[in-house]
Amino acid sequence: MSDNDINDVEHLACDVLVIGAGGAGLRAAVEARLAGKSVIVISKSLFGKAHTVMAEGGAAAAMGNVNSKDNWQVHFRDTLRGGKFLNNYRMAELHAQEAPDRIWELETYGALFDRTADGKISQRNFGGHEYPRLAHVGDRTGLELIRTLQQKLVSLQQDDAEAGEPRSMLQVIDETTITELFVENGTIKGAFGYRRGTGRFMAISAPAIVLATGGIGRSFKVTSNSWEYTGDGHALALRAGAKLVNMEFIQFHPTGMVWPPSVRGILVTESVRGDGGILKNSEGQRFMFDYIPEVFKAQYADNPDEADRWYTDPDNNRRPPELLPRDEVARAINSEVKEGRGTEHGGVYLDIASRRSAEYVRERLPSMYHQFKELADVDITAEPMEVGPTCHYIMGGIEVDADTTASAVAGLFAAGEVSGGMHGSNRLGGNSLSDLLVFGKRAGEYAAEHATAAEPSKLTEEQIQAAAQDALQPFGNDGENPYALQNALQAINGRLVGIIRKAGELEEALTELALLKERIANVSAIGGRAYNPGWHLALDLRNMYVCSVATALAALERDESRGGHTREDAPGMNPEWRKINLVITVDGEEVRLARQAVPTMTPELLGLFEESELAKYMTPEEFRRSDGPEASPKPTAPESTEAEEA
Amino acid sequence: MSTRNFRVWRGDADGGDFADFDVAVNEGEVILDVVHRIQAEQAPDLAVRWNCKAGKCGSCSAEVNGMPRLMCMTRMNLFEEGETVTITPLRTFPVVRDLVTDVSFNYEKAREMPAFAPPADLKPGEYRMSQVDVERSQEFRKCIECFLCQNTCHVVRDHEENKPPFSGPRLFIRAAELDMHPLDARGDRRETAQDDQGLGLCNITKCCTEVCPEHIKITDNAIIPMKERVAGDRYDPLVWLGRKIFRKGKQPKADSGVE
Repeated sequence: MSDNDINDVEHLACDVLVIGAGGAGLRAAVEARLAGKSVIVISKSLFGKAHTVMAEGGAAAAMGNVNSKDNWQVHFRDTLRGGKFLNNYRMAELHAQEAPDRIWELETYGALFDRTADGKISQRNFGGHEYPRLAHVGDRTGLELIRTLQQKLVSLQQDDAEAGEPRSMLQVIDETTITELFVENGTIKGAFGYRRGTGRFMAISAPAIVLATGGIGRSFKVTSNSWEYTGDGHALALRAGAKLVNMEFIQFHPTGMVWPPSVRGILVTESVRGDGGILKNSEGQRFMFDYIPEVFKAQYADNPDEADRWYTDPDNNRRPPELLPRDEVARAINSEVKEGRGTEHGGVYLDIASRRSAEYVRERLPSMYHQFKELADVDITAEPMEVGPTCHYIMGGIEVDADTTASAVAGLFAAGEVSGGMHGSNRLGGNSLSDLLVFGKRAGEYAAEHATAAEPSKLTEEQIQAAAQDALQPFGNDGENPYALQNALQAINGRLVGIIRKAGELEEALTELALLKERIANVSAIGGRAYNPGWHLALDLRNMYVCSVATALAALERDESRGGHTREDAPGMNPEWRKINLVITVDGEEVRLARQAVPTMTPELLGLFEESELAKYMTPEEFRRSDGPEASPKPTAPESTEAEEA
Repeated sequence: MSTRNFRVWRGDADGGDFADFDVAVNEGEVILDVVHRIQAEQAPDLAVRWNCKAGKCGSCSAEVNGMPRLMCMTRMNLFEEGETVTITPLRTFPVVRDLVTDVSFNYEKAREMPAFAPPADLKPGEYRMSQVDVERSQEFRKCIECFLCQNTCHVVRDHEENKPPFSGPRLFIRAAELDMHPLDARGDRRETAQDDQGLGLCNITKCCTEVCPEHIKITDNAIIPMKERVAGDRYDPLVWLGRKIFRKGKQPKADSGVE
């Protein structure tokens, strides 16, 4: 940790640079190393601490271990319904098909999932999933995933050592932040960043880079996300010339803790509902029955008796409405509180105590039990929890090719939350852990392939010096404290770009963000370069800023309500909007928005749905399988549909 | 809300001192909230490591009034109203800055730990294990790697010289986890723990168990069973003889060589 060489930039090189050490980044690193490439993984925090550890419920994969009727087609259908048919259908297809293999593979790395009676991986119910589908370990599945991948990386390092390979073939560089990507003629050349511990700069030349930096949640005050979630990858990609898609869609998880204030936003896993928990308002009413939208009436029970029978007899009963997709439940809670039926601290009650035995709760939900006991003095086996919506996940992200995860910039790949399209307008619980495995692997594979064909990249001294100057800027500024500016940014987003939006408020948000821009450019850091969180936040702020602008711009443009984007002044889904993706680019300092056609689903995939269901989302000409409106449900290719959106 | 006094150690590898802060504390807050308020209002460069603020990632380990704890899980109502609360970095590891220590010792020891050895005859998807069998290992996989056990273990806490031969409780539960894994193909986990990880240096004072925020029974469920079985094997004359004959170079396992 010597500071002697603080002014020398550390120079490194590798074939594949992975930025982000959560599930997607680590899975990409495994794949790229197995493909024979030298790999550097950059971790913003310590190795094994990435936000993936906080995932609780499980990883969705249609293995059919608990209900043999499950298969990838059913999973695909659920994913599209959850995303309100805005998903990149090819990503959703690959995801549903490959998730089981990615989960089984983890067992060969040493993962220990909970088991069924016949010794297979157990699967649990979750919102929006037709069958029990989530592979899990109690309510700490994310920890199991990250630890398993972390240990797999270590075992690959041991294999390298045994084979006499240099240690540099697979390195994890922890507590390091990347501030810039180097691009030449639309092609990736490398990256620049600093080691948090010393503040020393680092330049890494690499012909292929995988961005796996997660989301943007720290731009909101009430969030389940950790400090790292400042939209770094989103912003790096934009500045490098890539596109972001669907940035208006942000998931507010319906159940975050609401009390005490210091824990507001911390996640309460959806498994509480999957395992029998119900939502009640301050009048004791189980209110979710009043909030089943038209498109879901066929799958969700409209009375408590049927809903309760479902837990033991899912084949003959419809699901409880507490298990509707997250956007629906979050909006319902929001309305209850707004109409004066909220709890003392502005939430609603989540009750499992009156429905399941104390032993059952402690066994199935051990971390939740501890979390409430230790942080809120609440015994969830004896009393209900108070919960409310919390910013949890951004569906939007870097636009990628579904098969290869390649962005618009040659050599730049993206996987996990930082990528966009897979989840459409709303992600189903459990689809994130499987997403990062499926596309993390693909990113590693195709980044390795790209690196094999690419010219070795060379960085110039001018590029490096410019990036260094940029990173040191806050020390020379005389502006505000970065914490105050982060608060200001969070306040704008929370007040004007939250769970319920209006055109006027979004315009106001854009005006206020524009005023904040100068202040952020002039943010000041004091102290030295060694482990200085104020400086770190100062540099993260501009990323949070550009992501916030992207979200507000897209949210203003889309005047309809769909998934994680609710416009009070434009309620309901509009089939015309389903055909359109909003795409963000950056031109110099300017954030630009454009409309782009949603790719047309193949007839085979369309054929997985009843026409009556498609009619709820699409215009008739999009799904009619022949000329007549009474078409047979055969998956034959209609020429007319293809022309429509090509 | 009340104003409380805090003493926070500030400095780096070359030394440092306590800094005093008066901070407003609200109902329900934890130590990490206080540290964040100090950062936001009084010392923006105060170094602290944290991630999830929900007791799940194990980043914010420090010593509060001398007790190793996660700052995010230490509630302020644990302390008397007028009491000065002292926050110091973990003592067993070198200081980077302020409350942040260099915990790379733990990662180096993890790299020396032979990895899970998958069974050769099973393909992905063919693994079958019963819940009761996986639960024993699952207890140890709850570990969030906060390294409080490593920090508190007196074998290394005040004995720098013990660090090279001693992997510490975190890695003993890893060894136990793999030893009890129903399908791990390696048969020498206990011997490795004894011979390469320094299990013998542990004299079972249970300090590690006491500080574990995940309530893993490190001593009772991992260390003692491994010690007993190692001892049982070693003092059984037949096993001892067999070991003498076969053990040269250990069991040759196909994978996971150690540097």
